Amino acid sequence: MSLIAADHACVRFGGTEVLHDISLRVEPGEIVTVIGPNGSGKSTLLRALLGITPLAAGRVSRRPGVRIGYVPQRLQIDRTLPMTARRFLSLPRRHAPEASAAALARVGVPEVAERQMTDLSGGQFQRVLLARALLTEPDLLILDEPTQGLDQPGEAAFYRLIEEVRRDTGCAVLMVSHDLHVVMSASDRVICLNGHICCEGTPRVVSNAPEYRALFGLGTQGALALYQHVHDHDHTHDHDHTHDHGHDHGHGHGSAAPKADKSDGHGHA
Amino acid sequence: MAMALPPPKLTNLMGTAMLDDFLVRAGLAGVGLSLATGPLGAFVVWRRMAYFGDATAHAAILGVALALAADLPVGLGTLAVALLMAVTVATLAARGWAMDTTLGVLAHSALAFGLVAISFVHGVRTDLSAWLFGDILAVTRGDLAYIWGGASLVAALLIWRWSALLTATLNEDLAHASGLNPDRERLVLVLALAVVVAVALKVVGALLIAAMLIIPAAAARGLTRSPESMALVAVVIGAVASICGLGLSLWQDSPAGPSIVACAAVVFALSAIFGPLRRA
Repeated sequence: MSLIAADHACVRFGGTEVLHDISLRVEPGEIVTVIGPNGSGKSTLLRALLGITPLAAGRVSRRPGVRIGYVPQRLQIDRTLPMTARRFLSLPRRHAPEASAAALARVGVPEVAERQMTDLSGGQFQRVLLARALLTEPDLLILDEPTQGLDQPGEAAFYRLIEEVRRDTGCAVLMVSHDLHVVMSASDRVICLNGHICCEGTPRVVSNAPEYRALFGLGTQGALALYQHVHDHDHTHDHDHTHDHGHDHGHGHGSAAPKADKSDGHGHA
Repeated sequence: MAMALPPPKLTNLMGTAMLDDFLVRAGLAGVGLSLATGPLGAFVVWRRMAYFGDATAHAAILGVALALAADLPVGLGTLAVALLMAVTVATLAARGWAMDTTLGVLAHSALAFGLVAISFVHGVRTDLSAWLFGDILAVTRGDLAYIWGGASLVAALLIWRWSALLTATLNEDLAHASGLNPDRERLVLVLALAVVVAVALKVVGALLIAAMLIIPAAAARGLTRSPESMALVAVVIGAVASICGLGLSLWQDSPAGPSIVACAAVVFALSAIFGPLRRA
């Protein structure tokens, strides 16, 4: 049984429909990435799946007893709130100091336990958030743009960590991103969202789909070259990733068939 | 009290004698209030609810006027009006009103209407300053029971909901995903605030209740490294400020509320100067 599933879910804010007829499921152990432009409803989708945002239609179902670890998009800790990383891990439920230390070690920041959350770097902060989610021993990790504010190497390292966590614990991962580069290589399945599900499939299938290319304004060569480029190399190269994706590395892959648009003929909002 | 039974027990005698001293009663009132203002003030600071506290506190004056006019207990009137104000503000905030302006309008309107209303109540005009600035030296045994009862209630409520409140304060989505209801936790704080306002009116007066919430907590921030220690240190600072302010009030015949707040402000200044040095 799927860990979590949405069936024809719709979300409206006021009179505006921000999510239309969303059906998706996450199976145990897979990494699913939701990509889409700003305002495409990515965060809203996660919040609807978590039960934070009410549905206007459709339903969301979870496997009974499924444990979900959540890493929110932005977490601003007010400077007036003193909070060590160790204390933060025990919110709202207390964990033994050994378990907290092990979780911090797992995400690669064992040294920050006694430091104030507001003093951590962006990368350390995201790792502590991940450690907190892991402490609940989740079957499903839900991450909302977990690498926001990280530089390219930091971003790549974070996605590698997610893959390691999945390998070690077998948990499924559902994450949102608007970074096209690294995400593509780290996902089993990509869902391309723009108010509705435009297309979905393996990273290669999606990056070849006309809906995806139309959404991100990419040529066939650009998207594939980018995907291959990042996938084949370590992410510490000094290549400047601007977001126009106009460069061409000459990797020609035309073999993957575009997947049919599952979202009927409904136009973009 | 079993005062009629001769011979009175020694403890009873001592207790009676102690509570008979108005200074002891005043001191106990300040310490009791600090039990609630310490942890609640920490949340007010963390959630940036300072103006919210002001609006609720100023509404208390309106509560006093209405209670006196209707011949009801003043505590009941202030509690009801403070609660009404707190719920109004929380509801408007949830509907996305611009809080800065809304709170500014509500806080000062409540104070103005309260002052106008109280001027109509015969015989109150003369001791208006007691409601505005507190009258801690005139605290009776009944007041003391009321203050300690209310403050203990608030402290118990906050201890009970502590972890949930703290998670919801950090991030509402995070709380929601952990199976908590951030709206319920906000309501807990609103209720606690109304009770504290009703209790603190006698001690520091309507104008300075918010100061009693914010200043000790802000002073504690520079000295602490965890939310729990910040709340506890805020209790201690509040208690010390109450006792020192009481002394100042007695010595210089200054109004009690402002004297207490002034002492808290001095502690804040000291912690602002020496806190960072100590942490470095």
